[in-house]
Amino acid sequence: MILSLLGRSALRPNRNNNIFLNTDLENQFKAFREKAADAMPGSDWTPFEKNRSLPPERADIVIVGGGVVGWSIAYWLKQKEMIRDGVRVLVVERDPTYSQASTVLSAGGIRQQFSLPENIHLSMISADFMRNINEHLSVLNEDPVDLQFNHSGYLFLASEKVAHIMEENYRTQRYAGAKVSLLSTTQLKEKCPWINTDGVVLASYGLENEGWFDPWMLLNAFRRKAISMGVYQCFGEVTGFRYTTNTMTTAEGDTVDFRRIKYANVQMPNSLEYQPVECAIVVNAAGAFSGKVAEMMGIGLGLKDTIAGIPLPVEPRKRFIYVVHCPNGPGLDTPFLVDYSGVYFRREGLGGNYIAGMSPEEEEEPETNNLEVDHQFFQKIWPHLAHRVPAFECLKVTSAWAGFYDYNTFDQNGIVGMHPLVNNMFFATGFSGHGLQHSPAVGRAMAELILDGGFKTLDLSAFSFKRIMTKEPMLERNIV
Amino acid sequence: MLMQRSCRQVTLLAAPSRYWSSIPVAPPSLQPRLLLFLSQRFHDIETILSWSSWFKNRGLRQKNFFYGYTQQNYGDNIAAAYYILSLKGGFRFAGQSEWFRSDRRGKFNWDFMNHRDTSIEEVDVSNTLINYTGLENLVKQRGLCTLSVSGCAEVDDWFLSRLHIFQDTLEELDISNCPRISVGGLAALQKLRGLRRLDVSSLPRLQNPGLVAILLEEMLPHCHVTAIGYDHSLIYSHTQTDG
Repeated sequence: MILSLLGRSALRPNRNNNIFLNTDLENQFKAFREKAADAMPGSDWTPFEKNRSLPPERADIVIVGGGVVGWSIAYWLKQKEMIRDGVRVLVVERDPTYSQASTVLSAGGIRQQFSLPENIHLSMISADFMRNINEHLSVLNEDPVDLQFNHSGYLFLASEKVAHIMEENYRTQRYAGAKVSLLSTTQLKEKCPWINTDGVVLASYGLENEGWFDPWMLLNAFRRKAISMGVYQCFGEVTGFRYTTNTMTTAEGDTVDFRRIKYANVQMPNSLEYQPVECAIVVNAAGAFSGKVAEMMGIGLGLKDTIAGIPLPVEPRKRFIYVVHCPNGPGLDTPFLVDYSGVYFRREGLGGNYIAGMSPEEEEEPETNNLEVDHQFFQKIWPHLAHRVPAFECLKVTSAWAGFYDYNTFDQNGIVGMHPLVNNMFFATGFSGHGLQHSPAVGRAMAELILDGGFKTLDLSAFSFKRIMTKEPMLERNIV
Repeated sequence: MLMQRSCRQVTLLAAPSRYWSSIPVAPPSLQPRLLLFLSQRFHDIETILSWSSWFKNRGLRQKNFFYGYTQQNYGDNIAAAYYILSLKGGFRFAGQSEWFRSDRRGKFNWDFMNHRDTSIEEVDVSNTLINYTGLENLVKQRGLCTLSVSGCAEVDDWFLSRLHIFQDTLEELDISNCPRISVGGLAALQKLRGLRRLDVSSLPRLQNPGLVAILLEEMLPHCHVTAIGYDHSLIYSHTQTDG
């Protein structure tokens, strides 16, 4: 056994000639076995020299988009496969620097204060996952995952007009099991003496499992673990699909095209070279750019009144985050405060820095062809901030950045599930700013949908494409 | 024979990952390196190593499982008391002055069974394996005044965020020497409005202990914060002056 161990590791030849001859023979047998395996169909061997950065020619599941949702799905697929190398998963990411990815540009908050029970459950499951993240995502001999989770909670403020909505949401949240408490104005003033409670009638504070964390650490934890489990990663752009079409006629005589993706064309960055990857299932987790990927399959390009004419209603929306410095601002106990005017801010680090932002009105949406920051927009945020927290009257903007929301224009909730007309394309997109906090739970739900055929632990059928076809929106009232 | 792994799927991220850790680590000794070498080449070794971590987790879970049966039959207080004693900790009932502890071998006095209706006032579970799930056994003790989890390896930020249950009554909290606590968990202590004494000494993961102690004092104005065991000396850096 020691001899075979020696033969299988890359040791230098020993001085003793006899042992060297034995290992040489073993190596030759090993090489012969590998060549024989490569000659069998289904292996990756080709006689031609190929570019190392190309993806494999065949993959079972291709995940378009290497953000936190895409890698979460890849991890859970590998976690749930029943046998070793049961599914070959390929994650295709366009940008190796993640410079425009929504994941890394996000504020990184997680909250349970939603109005839909499904969203609350998604957040609670994701928080449980993050609490036990080292049980799930630790890799042998690597550092343990440290998300730098700040447990400061979210604080929502409500004016007269929306107080009843907040109370209803509170009931839904408590029923779903989230630990939230309602605060009156006096209690709020006692808890946060730095707040100006003008106009605030009710406040809702999350006691547990709420706060913010580092999204890059979560993304890398998923990626590292998934790669260690055998997920293939490719940096390239999916530029098109090759599909077969099956035309069927309905009872009324209309024709419907059912498409099945056969190949996904992955183009290398800065090159015309592309690799058609033969795949069984494609998962669209491209975030803000999922609409473009869906268009490649012809979703939305059919006749106006047919199902084929309904596009994927996900488009990129630019949101700004400003880093401000205020030496006399609220201290370590600052929660993630969301005002009823739409302005939010949270503490960043220990040096008196805060990050603030606001969702613009529908008419004032900035254009999305670049990630330039509009510094004039801060002039709209500042009055609200200074009104709510008097200490913020003397603050200085030190930095700012912009990121995209994968905004679902239909009802601002995620779209999870299969498309009715494209038989093997699954969606996990459109979360409109909540993708990061729901990513572990959505990844598990997608893996169950793909491998088990249906949702097992959490039923997300309310988020399927069906509601877009029947035009029944599931509105989430607590969008920030 | 041992199943050989194809090295294609080895974690090639081993080298860059060292840049992520902010704490300098010494190169590992021979035995972990040998285990890593073997686990990267043989599936069997990899599976055995994952079993060992699974067993460790299982041991931790068994220490901290929910004493539902005891709660049903003997009441919440007895269940909490039994849990603390099985962890090798100690506690004191409200209105009494003697502490119930278990000794080094895990043996304890069963007299606590006589006090079914008294709630627990002080708990000392320092240097035990209590964690977030174990706290479930203590949530019914609404009269808890003192909690000491000093030196517990499994107490982390999530445990601290759960302490909001005792926000009205908890007066003294000792979380010194817990290797997993960081600033994010200390921010969660804001909910403990009744806290009078807080001990955050020797927390290895705190980068700026002096600043954090000041911020904690500002956050909890009625609380006295103890933060000893840190090296507050200035870092002396060599500066070259020309001329």
